[in-house]
Amino acid sequence: MPLYLNEDQAMLADTVTGFLADEGSIKKQLRHFRDINCQDGFGHALWKQFAEMGLTGMLAAEADGGLGMGHVEAGVVLKEIGRNLTPSPFLTTSVMGVTALSEASADLKGRYLPGVIAGDAVLAIAIDEGAKHRPERIAARAERSGNGFRLSGKKDFVVQGASADAIIVAARTSGSDSDADGITLFAVPKDAAGVGHNSVRLVDSAMASHVTFDNVELDGSAVIGEVDGGRALLNKVLSAGRLGAAAEQTGVASGAFDITTNYLKTRKQFGQLIGEFQALQHRAAHLYSEIEIADATVMKAQQLLDAGSEKAELMVAVAKAKAGKASSLAVREGVQMHGGVGMTDEFDIGLYMKRDRALAEFLGDQYYHAQKVAELSGY
Amino acid sequence: MSDLEAFRQEIRAWLEENCPPEMREPVRDDDDACWGGRNFKFKNEAQKVWLERCVAKGYTVPDWPKAYGGAGMTPAEAKIWREEMVRINARPPLSSFGIWMLGPALLKFGTEEQKVHYLGQIARGEIRWCQGYSEPGSGSDLVSLQTYGEDKGDHWVVNGQKIWTSYANKADWIFCLVRTDKTNKYQGISFLLFDMTSPGVTTKPIKLISGSSPFCETFFDNVKVPKDQIVGQLNRGWDVAKYLLGHEREMISATGGADRAGSLGATLARNGVLEDPVLRAQVALFDVDALAFTAMSEKFMDEVKVGKGHPAFPNMMKYAGTELNKSRHELLMSAGGSTALEWESEETEGGALPRAWLRTKANSIEGGTSEVMLNVVSKRILELPGA
Repeated sequence: MPLYLNEDQAMLADTVTGFLADEGSIKKQLRHFRDINCQDGFGHALWKQFAEMGLTGMLAAEADGGLGMGHVEAGVVLKEIGRNLTPSPFLTTSVMGVTALSEASADLKGRYLPGVIAGDAVLAIAIDEGAKHRPERIAARAERSGNGFRLSGKKDFVVQGASADAIIVAARTSGSDSDADGITLFAVPKDAAGVGHNSVRLVDSAMASHVTFDNVELDGSAVIGEVDGGRALLNKVLSAGRLGAAAEQTGVASGAFDITTNYLKTRKQFGQLIGEFQALQHRAAHLYSEIEIADATVMKAQQLLDAGSEKAELMVAVAKAKAGKASSLAVREGVQMHGGVGMTDEFDIGLYMKRDRALAEFLGDQYYHAQKVAELSGY
Repeated sequence: MSDLEAFRQEIRAWLEENCPPEMREPVRDDDDACWGGRNFKFKNEAQKVWLERCVAKGYTVPDWPKAYGGAGMTPAEAKIWREEMVRINARPPLSSFGIWMLGPALLKFGTEEQKVHYLGQIARGEIRWCQGYSEPGSGSDLVSLQTYGEDKGDHWVVNGQKIWTSYANKADWIFCLVRTDKTNKYQGISFLLFDMTSPGVTTKPIKLISGSSPFCETFFDNVKVPKDQIVGQLNRGWDVAKYLLGHEREMISATGGADRAGSLGATLARNGVLEDPVLRAQVALFDVDALAFTAMSEKFMDEVKVGKGHPAFPNMMKYAGTELNKSRHELLMSAGGSTALEWESEETEGGALPRAWLRTKANSIEGGTSEVMLNVVSKRILELPGA
C-alpha cells in the first residue's frame, strides 16, 4: 500500500479539515470553554456534530452500527483536532473506547455504542496509576464477589473522567502488580456507587480526574473480553490510543509550524522581515523536515496496524516517540520565534505548547517509547 | 497468479540460477564493487560472470528501455527486481556513476543518437564515468564555476580545473560543467562529455582524513572537445546539472535508511557493547529516528512514482538522511571504544570502523552541504522571504 492517502481518505481529509477549521477553531472551542470554566472540558454541541458527520462511530464495525474504518481514517480526524487544538472526547471515546468495546459482549455493546455513535455518550479510559504511564504495573484490584466483582484502587490522568458515561478500567483480577497476565477490563458505569472523582484542570485546559474505586460492585456483564486475559485487549487499546495521540501530535506540530512561518513572513525587525534571517530559516527548515518524517512514520504505523501486521507494535512506538519529538520541537521553536508575543495568552502559539505537553505525557512520552523500541528490537 | 507474481517467480528463478554464490556475500569496500570500464580488473571470475549474465538480460539497468541496454521494466517490476536481489543478498552487478547520474540526465536531455551510444556503453559496463562539477573556487556556489570552453568552430578548447572528482584517475570519460559564455552566470554553462585520455587531461588523487583517495583534482590544459559531445542546449547545461543533482541527492539520502543494516541497538547488543545505560538510551533514540526515516524514504519513493510531492523534496531527504548517517557512525565509534581507534590491525579489517566514520563526514558536504539543503528548503518549500 503506498504511503499516501487514497482517494476516499483524501476526500475525508478535505471534509474534516474544513469542518474543524470552522467549527472546531481555537476561538470557538478551546478559548470559549476555557474562559467559561466549563467543567467537562469540551463542547457537547460539537460532539453531536461529530456524530452527524459519522465520525463518532468510524472505527466501530458496520454490524455494530459504525463505519468499519481504520486508523488511517481516525488519524485524519485526529490530525485536524490537533491542528485546531479542538477539545474533544474523540480519542478516548471513538478510538480507545470503541476499540475496547469491539471485544465486548453484545449486551455491553448495546449499552454504550448507540450513545457513542449518536454523539450523546462519552467514554473515559482509566489505565495510569501514578504520574507516569506504566501500564506494565497494574495494582487496582477487582476481587470476585458473588456473580460479579468488587473493584478497589486509584487511577490517575483519566481524561474527561467526570463527564464520561462509563469509565473503562484496566484492573487486576489475579497475580501480582507487575504480572503481564491477570488483567481484566471493566466498563464501570457513571453512577456506580463507590466511584470518587477528584477532577482537575490541566495545563492545556482539559479536565482529568484522579478516580478512586472503593469497593465498587460490578456485575459480570461489566467485564469486557476475558477475565484475567485482558492484557492483549489492553495492548490493542493502548496501540490505538498511542497512535491516535501521535496523529494528533503531528497536527499540533503542523498547526504550530504554520502560524510560526506566517509570523516569520510578517514580523519586521532591523528593517527587514525576520524570515529573511538565515539563523531562523535553517531552524524552520530543520523543523519542517522533522515534521514531514513524523507524518510519514505515523502513516506507516497506521497502515501496519490496520493490516494487522506483526511490525505494527514497533512502528506505533516509533510513531509516538517521533511525533512527540517533532511536536515538542515545533512548539518550542514556535514560542521562541514569536519572541515576546509568544509569551502572551493573546497569541495562540502558547496554547500549542500547552497541548503538546499534555499529549506528550498521554500514553507514554518519547523516552518511554524509545525504551519500548529498544525492547522490541531485542536490546 | 497475477502478472506481477509470475514476474517475481521468473526473476527469482533466474537469480537462483545465475547469481554466483560469491556474489551473494556482503560488499565490504569499494574493491568488492564492480565498476566496469576499460581498465577495470575483475576481482574474480564470479564478478565477471555475474556482470556478463546481467548485461545479456539488461539487468544492470533494469528500468531503462531495451533499446538502450536496459530490460524495460515498469516501476513495479523494477521494485520486484530490487526486492528479489535483496532477498538473496545479491551484489549489484555493476556500480557506476553512469547508471546513477549521467544515465538519468541522458534519458531526459540526450539526443536519440547519444542515448543509443552512451547509454548502451554504460549498461554494458564498458565505460566508467566521472563527474566534473566542483572547482577550487566553486563549492557550494557551484554556478560561479570558471573552467572555460572556447568556441573553435567544430570544437571547444577547454581550460581549467575541477576538484572532488570521484575516481577521476580510474574513469574513462567525464561529464563536465564548462563555462561557454562568460557574460551570463546561469545561462552560460554547457554540459560536455569527453574522453579522459584526451591530450591535456591530468588527474591527481587527494588523500582524505580516512586515508583513502577516492577524489581527485582534475586539470584541463587545452583539451579539445568535439561539438557533438554536448548534452542539452548550448549554455543551458545548468538545467541538466540541476536535474542530475536531484538524482545525486536522492541517492545520497538513501544511505541514511535504517533497514539496510537493521536496528543499530540490536547489532551493538549482539556484540555486547551496550552495557552503558546512557549510551543504550542514545542508541534507542537514534533507532527511533532511523526507523522514522525509513518510513519517510518509503513515502518519498511512493510519491515520486506518481509525481506527488514537492520537487525540492530530495533536498530535505538529503539533509535528513546524511545527518542521520553521521549520527549512526558517531554512536558506532562510542560503542566501539578503544577498538574503534585501531587504524591498521587485522582484527579491525584495517580500521574499517574509524575510516568509515571519517568518510561519513563528507555525506553532508558532497552533493550540496546540509546548509545549502536548508537554504533550498527555506526558499522553495517554505517560501521564506529573501532566502
